[in-house]
Amino acid sequence: MLMIERDLGTPAANGKVVNLTIDGRPVTAPDGASLMRAALEAGIEVPKLCATDTLGAFGSCRLCLVEIEGRNGTPASCTTPVAEGMVVTTQSERLGRLRHGVMELYLSDHAPDAIKGEVAEAASRAGVTHVRYADGNSHLDSEADCSNPYFTFNPASCIVCSRCVRACDEVQGTLALTIAGRGFGSHVVASEAQPFLESECVSCGACVQACPTDALIEKSLAALGPAESSTVTTCAYCGVGCTFRVEMKGDQVVRMVPWKDGKANAGHSCVKGRFAYGYASHRERILEPMIRERISDPWRVVSWDEAISHAAAEFRRIQAEHGRGAVGGISSSRCTNEETYLVQKLVRAAFGNNNIDTCARVCHSPTGYGLKATFGASAGTQDFASVDHADVVLVIGANPTDAHPVFASRMKRRLRAGAKLIVIDPRGIDLVRTPHIQAEHHLALRPGTNVAVLDALAHVIVTEGLVDEAFVRERCDWAAFQAWARFVALPVNSPETVAVISGVPAEDLRAAARLYGTGGNGAIYYGLGVTEHSQGATAVIALANLAMATGNLGRTGVGVNPLRGQNNVQGACDMGSFPHEMTGYRHVSGEAVRETFETLWGVHLDPEPGLRIPNMLDAAVDGSFKGLYVQGEDILQSDPNTHHVAAGLAAMECVVVQDLFLNETASYAHVFLPGCSFLEKDGTFTNAERRIQRVRKVMEPTNGLADWQVTQKLSQALGYPMDYDHPSQIMAEVAATTPSFAGVSYDRLDLLGSVQWPCNANAPEGTPVMHVAGFARGLGEFILTEYIATEEKTGPRFPLLLTTGRILSQYNVGAQTRRTDNVVWHQEDRLEIHPHDAQDRGITDGDWVRLASRAGETTLRALITERVAPGVVYTTFHHPLTQANVVTTEFSDWATDCPEYKVTAVQVSPSNGPTQWQEAAEAQNRLARRVQAVAAE
Amino acid sequence: MEANRLTAMANQIGLFFRARGDAAAVDGIEDHLRKFWDPRMRREIIAVLDTGGGGLDTNAREAVARLKNVPNRA
Repeated sequence: MLMIERDLGTPAANGKVVNLTIDGRPVTAPDGASLMRAALEAGIEVPKLCATDTLGAFGSCRLCLVEIEGRNGTPASCTTPVAEGMVVTTQSERLGRLRHGVMELYLSDHAPDAIKGEVAEAASRAGVTHVRYADGNSHLDSEADCSNPYFTFNPASCIVCSRCVRACDEVQGTLALTIAGRGFGSHVVASEAQPFLESECVSCGACVQACPTDALIEKSLAALGPAESSTVTTCAYCGVGCTFRVEMKGDQVVRMVPWKDGKANAGHSCVKGRFAYGYASHRERILEPMIRERISDPWRVVSWDEAISHAAAEFRRIQAEHGRGAVGGISSSRCTNEETYLVQKLVRAAFGNNNIDTCARVCHSPTGYGLKATFGASAGTQDFASVDHADVVLVIGANPTDAHPVFASRMKRRLRAGAKLIVIDPRGIDLVRTPHIQAEHHLALRPGTNVAVLDALAHVIVTEGLVDEAFVRERCDWAAFQAWARFVALPVNSPETVAVISGVPAEDLRAAARLYGTGGNGAIYYGLGVTEHSQGATAVIALANLAMATGNLGRTGVGVNPLRGQNNVQGACDMGSFPHEMTGYRHVSGEAVRETFETLWGVHLDPEPGLRIPNMLDAAVDGSFKGLYVQGEDILQSDPNTHHVAAGLAAMECVVVQDLFLNETASYAHVFLPGCSFLEKDGTFTNAERRIQRVRKVMEPTNGLADWQVTQKLSQALGYPMDYDHPSQIMAEVAATTPSFAGVSYDRLDLLGSVQWPCNANAPEGTPVMHVAGFARGLGEFILTEYIATEEKTGPRFPLLLTTGRILSQYNVGAQTRRTDNVVWHQEDRLEIHPHDAQDRGITDGDWVRLASRAGETTLRALITERVAPGVVYTTFHHPLTQANVVTTEFSDWATDCPEYKVTAVQVSPSNGPTQWQEAAEAQNRLARRVQAVAAE
Repeated sequence: MEANRLTAMANQIGLFFRARGDAAAVDGIEDHLRKFWDPRMRREIIAVLDTGGGGLDTNAREAVARLKNVPNRA
């Protein structure tokens, strides 16, 4: 079935009920609603072209004209609000005549073969069969702009309704489009009349979605034609978790269109989710299982049964020879809740140990630790909509416009409406200064000094009397607060002292603290720039302390909100993927929680924590860890100190990789199990706001088995029975064993669209805002956060600090986005370097440079920019040829072992091209990816 | 696992708890090692202590000594 979302013309309103009459029918509508919305909601059709319910009313197309009793003229229904007692007529001879004339003018400048969709519908309604002005001037000879890889703009089909311009403004907030010229010469242009690809356009697709004609159209839709069916599912890129309608023609994806009812995205999208799905059908995808004896051998294609039984036999052999704890597993934040739950169940029940970890280890594990310690729940406190009520937005260590673009658009709307912005980041991220937004304070701190800066903000709040004492006394442990207040008030935490450490002027620290402490609702949003440090967990705690001290918790508009990197980081953590915790963040040492699972699973569970990913690799090098099952994760490219990761993997006797592609880790694997793309998955993802959403299969697994079925088969081969028939049964098991998920079921998700945990008897429809009546742990806990400088020091050999991050068009290690047309925006990782540092080294823009640390070296090309401060360099880690993690070190967060990606002492020098190591690694990958030819029969 | 790395990790944990004072810091380090370190890591840091504990800070050393006295609390 092809689902079509109804367009109600103008946005919803929520005022008191107003009674009016439209076309003789009594109608009610909320005050503030337009006449158009009231009519359409009542089932009375009103013609329109420039109106759409995702944008504010504009009143330009003059098709929605109505007559109102007692008023002169024919006002546009989209811009006329309802009023008590109003009597409205939408159809009359006069209105018909006006609409006919308007429509004739539109069609006079519209190619006959482009009269489709909303234009065709409007023409039909107006009864236009003949156009009187066919011989006049027109734009029919205008040249189409095909520069964007995903959509075209054909001015010949444009009616200049401004929907695209308004979508870029109101929905996306980039303001890349405008109407140039006047009168007949009016036309849509991108930036300064540039091709779309070269303009400021971020390819979010909002303009394409808004266009009522074919002027802006997806290339895939133009090529494949209209879809035959559609399915609503959840995006598999970042932690925003956008809902999409996937339109299909046979087994081909025609396009993905953001779903207006999606609670996380409200009908918006970014370039990744909207367009970058082509990797799912990329020629490099592996669809058959493969095994090999040694990693130097070519792969041999085998049956599923042979691959699974070989893997199981190897794991059992290793355990027999080296002990039960010599094997483990890694689950993925890219996989569903049900898949990650099964992987941890396999490790705990079939392997019989707790050596299960997830890629959240290297991103948000400090969030889990810090927020649980202070609030009692390892999750963000708010829903995304909460930002609409924030007065002061504090963004630290996050780059939302690149990494969480759809939420960033929402945040930008609030900022443009007047909320104040504080950015704490070594780089001048786009939010610092973007159209109609200017951060009040950009604290461009030295990498590695987050905790010092946050302690300085707390110092100001405590010493200048900005504490919300009533909140703290009622909601928090008062004694712990007093100890914390004494600590942060120490001179060592004063802005004047911290200015020397962080490089941020004391007056800026004081001003930012005053703004956060006194500016109304203060909302904190943070990312990996907070967590990926040796004091990552400490910084998360420091943020929680700040929010508690100022009473910025427990209501809409405030909170502490981690922006999760991958689509299901939250869910993977919720599902018991950490080696010390079962589902719902319950420690394995708890007898009651173990008993719950032991009874259900029929096994004895180890009460001791297992190995974390870095510990697994250390143990592998040391010889006590020999076998690893990796589902949907590429630790060789994504984890720090690539040489060490490679040594750990090479030391293992059985590495099983389950993935879409032969990724970097697979070069060290002995068994390859083909995985499913999100289009082939059935299950749930949980986004950064704890929102559990259905992932619905739009096509059958092209490899023959769903990912959860593969894990189930492996478990069965290991001798531990798993007999699920459908992922809903797995979620039912999660609900039965996990108090915060007790109310979650597929039926409920289908009924409500989504729910935010906790979802149980106390909150049957979920919990948008946490800690409303009290903290999950009881009293909020203030914890001392002493600044401890990282051991990663600059010096004569390595005088610069490297920090890493991601870019809008690419996603993590790039396994997906590099296999799409997104590469046109980012074909390689570049090293951002300040002009002063570049000049000192004789480096010009685009030069190849050698980036070296004590861990290793790589080469890439330089991008000279003042976005980074002198002394700081920055790069992304999306491309395996660069392997930025060759340079990052083994230093990690004290609490969680989350790597310190954000601070590496480096040197940069001119280079001629790739290093010998890069060339050797590429050659090795070529060898490792050989597949043995199948002999002819 | 490499003794130096485990020693550095234990000391790093100790630095976080340092601000609470020595007694509370030792409690904090011990609790953290029990909750988050796999038994083989705990055995190996105990082995570091048994060979003189070179490199372990005072509070970390005391916490590891407690691990040695009561290897498994669970």
